[in-house]
Amino acid sequence: MTAETIIQSLASGLLMGLLYGLIAAGLALIFGLMDVVNFAHGEFLMIAMYATFFLFAFFAIDPLLAAPLVAAALFVFGALVYLLVVRFAMRAKANAGMVQIFSTFGLAIVMRGLAQFFFTPDYRSVTNSWLGGKTVSIAGIYLPEPQLIGAMLSIAAFVALYFFINRTDFGRALEATREDAGAVALVGIDKNRVFALGWGLGAALVGLAGAIMAIFFYIYPDVGASFALIAYVTVALGGFGSVFGAFAGGIIVGLVEATTALILPPSLKSVGIYAVYLLVVFIRPRGLFGSM
Amino acid sequence: MDTHFAQRRRRDLIVAGCLAVVAALVPLFVKDVYVQNIMVLTLMYAALSQSWNILSGYCGQISLGHALYFGLGAYTTALLFTKFGVLPWFGMLAGGAISAVIAMALGYPCFRLRGHYFVIATIVIAEIALVLIQNWDWAGAALGIDIPVRGDSWLKFQFTRSKLPYFYFALALACIAWFVTWWLEDSKWGYWWRAVKDNPDAAESLGVVVFNSKMGAAAVSAFLVAVGGSFYAQFVSYIDPESVMGFQFSLLMALPAVLGGIGTLWGPVLGAVILIPLTELTRSFIGGSGRGVDLIVYGALIVVISLALPRGLVSVFSWRKEAAR
Repeated sequence: MTAETIIQSLASGLLMGLLYGLIAAGLALIFGLMDVVNFAHGEFLMIAMYATFFLFAFFAIDPLLAAPLVAAALFVFGALVYLLVVRFAMRAKANAGMVQIFSTFGLAIVMRGLAQFFFTPDYRSVTNSWLGGKTVSIAGIYLPEPQLIGAMLSIAAFVALYFFINRTDFGRALEATREDAGAVALVGIDKNRVFALGWGLGAALVGLAGAIMAIFFYIYPDVGASFALIAYVTVALGGFGSVFGAFAGGIIVGLVEATTALILPPSLKSVGIYAVYLLVVFIRPRGLFGSM
Repeated sequence: MDTHFAQRRRRDLIVAGCLAVVAALVPLFVKDVYVQNIMVLTLMYAALSQSWNILSGYCGQISLGHALYFGLGAYTTALLFTKFGVLPWFGMLAGGAISAVIAMALGYPCFRLRGHYFVIATIVIAEIALVLIQNWDWAGAALGIDIPVRGDSWLKFQFTRSKLPYFYFALALACIAWFVTWWLEDSKWGYWWRAVKDNPDAAESLGVVVFNSKMGAAAVSAFLVAVGGSFYAQFVSYIDPESVMGFQFSLLMALPAVLGGIGTLWGPVLGAVILIPLTELTRSFIGGSGRGVDLIVYGALIVVISLALPRGLVSVFSWRKEAAR
């Protein structure tokens, strides 16, 4: 193993990590806002990838151009999921935690079933997109272009998110609702509207990630499942609910994954990430950046 | 406790006894192998879900990683039998004991975690175990283990000609899991668990040793689930990592309880009796393979029930209201 291979895989790990951060951002946002873990998050990613695929297959819209469209569509979808499912789960008077987990889990299963029904379980891929299969060489390190652009988009999305949360009225309403949902009602903020928009925004972020993922990853009904687990780990590492913790968590996950792949056989790749999750929560039960 | 509660418990026991007798008679009239197969699975899931319910329902520690114990039971039995010729009955007990010990060893660090951190830890641990078994050549790696058929016998717990012995074993297992729950419900453990579920801090301050309560629940729950796994290995006579330790098993174990009523005595039974035949039938009649209709029905049912009846289907029966509370 040469220094070059190590740098090479750490660099791709970093890019993948930034994408993991983007995938997890929406999950962290929603959790931070209302203490709900969306167990259908992976399926949000899955439909975003399918949407990108079909826009490409039927209308020849390149995934890069499709990304904003997919994000917008996912925004609507996320808001609808809140209004039609999660809103009612929040009202549960008994077994509240269980209801939240299983209502979104059920939704995930339905979405997977629908994807199998309409799209068949076949593996699909976007071929001949602008970025697909291309690499750039920077100082002797080869970086795949889709991941590179994806990583840059991820950074841009997090910067935008930072300004959005800190500088806009909606962002302030989001923060205020997160602090005290009861009190915001007194100043005339409609809690449901904020939650719906939060879900929309969270879904839009994963929509953006899905459009990029579709360039270089196979698309099939179960594709969300493995990424979902990575997203939960990412979010937990960052401290549940901290959007910027998810950014840091994503980078850690990406680097750990790349390191594991260097040391262990490829079939054990995911073990490293899971082990790091356990290690972190056993030492710090509220994640790396979570408040204790 | 009050006499009303004692009455309810006695009535539960009588109802369960009657149901067991009726269930035992069913195969005398239902000879169809396909239907018998569904009945075996229904009873098995009733037992599994009842066991899952002890830790996740009564004690409130929602585990989505119980496939680990199911797989441990299946693998222990199958490996002991194929590699060392140990009879499945001993394998079953060994699998249960190993699972109980591992559940406590894992509980030691995990029970400090709360809420979603705990749930995700359970998923992640089962996932690690799955990957490790898939890479463990001696245990058959990803290909799994074919359990050689050595003829019909209770001693070797193998039956090729008839499903009936499996049916009666599954029935016994469901009855045992139910009875253990019934018995624990009114023991000091049962009260501790409910206290831990409702408010761990208050329970601790009242002298309930929260940590030990969780450990006890985990051990009992894991033991019973592992016995279910051992049974399943004998029943299907071929196991591979994904088919006994995959995440879907963790989910399948939880769903009957969720549907029927989590943390209730009758919830898992009721949930299994509705859910398992329903999924098997949708799979074979509407679903076909890979079309996903079974998933849609299944998922929609979970969403609707968990939203509309957070206490589960048992809460529909008015005479059960006090039990569900």
